[in-house]
Amino acid sequence: MDKMTTIPHTDQARIAGMGEPGKVRSRTRAAKRARGLSDRTMAWLFVAPTIALLLAINIFPLVWMIRLSFTSLNLSMSYLPLRFVGLDNFSDILSDEDIWVRLQTTAQFVIASVALQVVVGFGLALLINRRFRGHSFWTTIILLPMMLSPAVVGNFWTLLFQPQIGPFNYLVSLFTGVPPSSFSMTGEVALAPWTIVLVDTWMWAPYVMLICLAGLRSIPDYIYEAAEVDRASSWRQFWSITLPMTVPFLMLAVLFRAIENFKMFDMVNLLTSGGPGSTTELVSITLKRAAFEKWRTGYSSALAIILFVTVFGAANIYVKALNRVKQR
Amino acid sequence: MTAIANSTAHSIVEASPRAKAVAGTIVILYAVISILPLLWIAATAFKSQSDAIAYPPKVIFQPTLEGYVNLFTVRTRQTPDFIAKLPPATTWYDKLVRQHDMVIAGPSKVVPRFINSLIIGFGSTFLAVFLGTLAGYAFSRFRIPLADDLLFFILSTRMMPPVAVAIPIYLMYRQLNLTDTKLGMILLYTAVNVSLAVWLLKGFIDEIPREYEEAALVDGYTRLQALRKVVLPQAVTGIAATAIFCLIFSWNEYAFAVLLTSGEAQTMPPFIPFIIGEGGQDWPAVAAATTLFVVPIVMFTILLRKHLLRGITFGAVRK
Repeated sequence: MDKMTTIPHTDQARIAGMGEPGKVRSRTRAAKRARGLSDRTMAWLFVAPTIALLLAINIFPLVWMIRLSFTSLNLSMSYLPLRFVGLDNFSDILSDEDIWVRLQTTAQFVIASVALQVVVGFGLALLINRRFRGHSFWTTIILLPMMLSPAVVGNFWTLLFQPQIGPFNYLVSLFTGVPPSSFSMTGEVALAPWTIVLVDTWMWAPYVMLICLAGLRSIPDYIYEAAEVDRASSWRQFWSITLPMTVPFLMLAVLFRAIENFKMFDMVNLLTSGGPGSTTELVSITLKRAAFEKWRTGYSSALAIILFVTVFGAANIYVKALNRVKQR
Repeated sequence: MTAIANSTAHSIVEASPRAKAVAGTIVILYAVISILPLLWIAATAFKSQSDAIAYPPKVIFQPTLEGYVNLFTVRTRQTPDFIAKLPPATTWYDKLVRQHDMVIAGPSKVVPRFINSLIIGFGSTFLAVFLGTLAGYAFSRFRIPLADDLLFFILSTRMMPPVAVAIPIYLMYRQLNLTDTKLGMILLYTAVNVSLAVWLLKGFIDEIPREYEEAALVDGYTRLQALRKVVLPQAVTGIAATAIFCLIFSWNEYAFAVLLTSGEAQTMPPFIPFIIGEGGQDWPAVAAATTLFVVPIVMFTILLRKHLLRGITFGAVRK
């Protein structure tokens, strides 16, 4: 293809299709033609290594996995010849009641933890937005948990939750009088699901807070001033100004947290490792056991693909939400 | 943002002193409570074995470096007679260990694991930021067909459940002899980080006015020279922030590390939970490892605080 003739066209197309002022270019064509690689070659040279890496490490293995999902491969019996079983793995999974229970457990975890994070995070953002003295220092302190390694967090919370020696039960008993050794946060069917929600919220409410804070700060003052002139009550101002204008940001936070928690593995694996029984066995933990303990590679490939499709759909919505926020 | 910055002291929007005081109290209370677990771990690192498992939990205790010594060494239990026959302990940590009828048998694996974390972290960060700068620049400045789809594809690779990604990677690495190698982990973490790097760096480069480069091009620079001498110096803050985000991810990553490494290339996160003493987890040593592991993150968070929002939203929200 002749680069010299195509480049001016693309330039015109860009100017004709502008809309984002930042994209308009006034670059002189003379300068571009003068020396060096053409822009088109350079663009490809710059993007190609990234795409190549992602194809090698993400897409190629994914395609391989799709193939495996139609087989009965089991790595602990890999001497058996590879046998294609069609859609058997998928129908096994979708008709397996246990898998549905794991998905339910995962959904409950996602809903409860994200809801709690929204309440705590949005509340904190509203308070921090009042700009009391020292608010930025305390904001940084609050943000620390979300920067930590989820695995390390899961691990050290097991110490804090130890019924006898852990400080958590002791603190609870100080305030409620319940003897500290009478309950175990990670060992009881009734408590364990709430324990993972609690630790997840401790870690990620700051994330929601930070994004909400950006939303609150994007609201121009004059809107509140106009509302004040109209004598709108502060309650009314919250419902008709603050909340609607923060919602796009909140949506972003909710979507991202939902995706992350849907694939949650590390923190829960170390905190409860799915127990007691299987009360906190999220679908990622099931997948890990099928793939890396039972070595049912064909079966777990199919399960992984089902999860992929779910996350991919959610990610699609997430990127749309990102773009909507960007336009503001 | 600018509206807030310009608002005057007597603005109606400014909260009343009382409202501020109430907000401040609640937020500080939350901050203190949420930081307590970390402080508890930092304190546990200085407890003796018996103080760490005391009931009720001890807030005040005699600090000791036992936890740190246990973290860095392997010890064997000996009879008091045997220890009495040994030449006198020459170092403070020998003395400390002998008080418990133990003898240091050698260094533990913590240092190699720490070095693995550093090599894999810095290696993957360097590669991801290098690739991300090139691609981010291209996405920002050139017209690339299907740019939005490519960007979505790049981002979507990061959203995939790590356990699911690990299944085919495990098989692939077995074929390529990359299982439990630093190179394998560097490549994998680079692939995960490059998506974040592209998105963040595209955003940072978008903010650098094109006019500078155009002036350089008119002055006779090639694109590559303009990139090196004009764009990169202006993007340094963005590149540094991106690098720290990538480093934190690699540093903290657990799922891939636990599934794909077992010794040679094992990093800190899968190692820390398995620091065991006589009879279960050696909590002071675990706490010491956690503290050493977390301190760099705390420092980076403070350094990054102005860019955190960008990093966690892939550059979409900039404040």
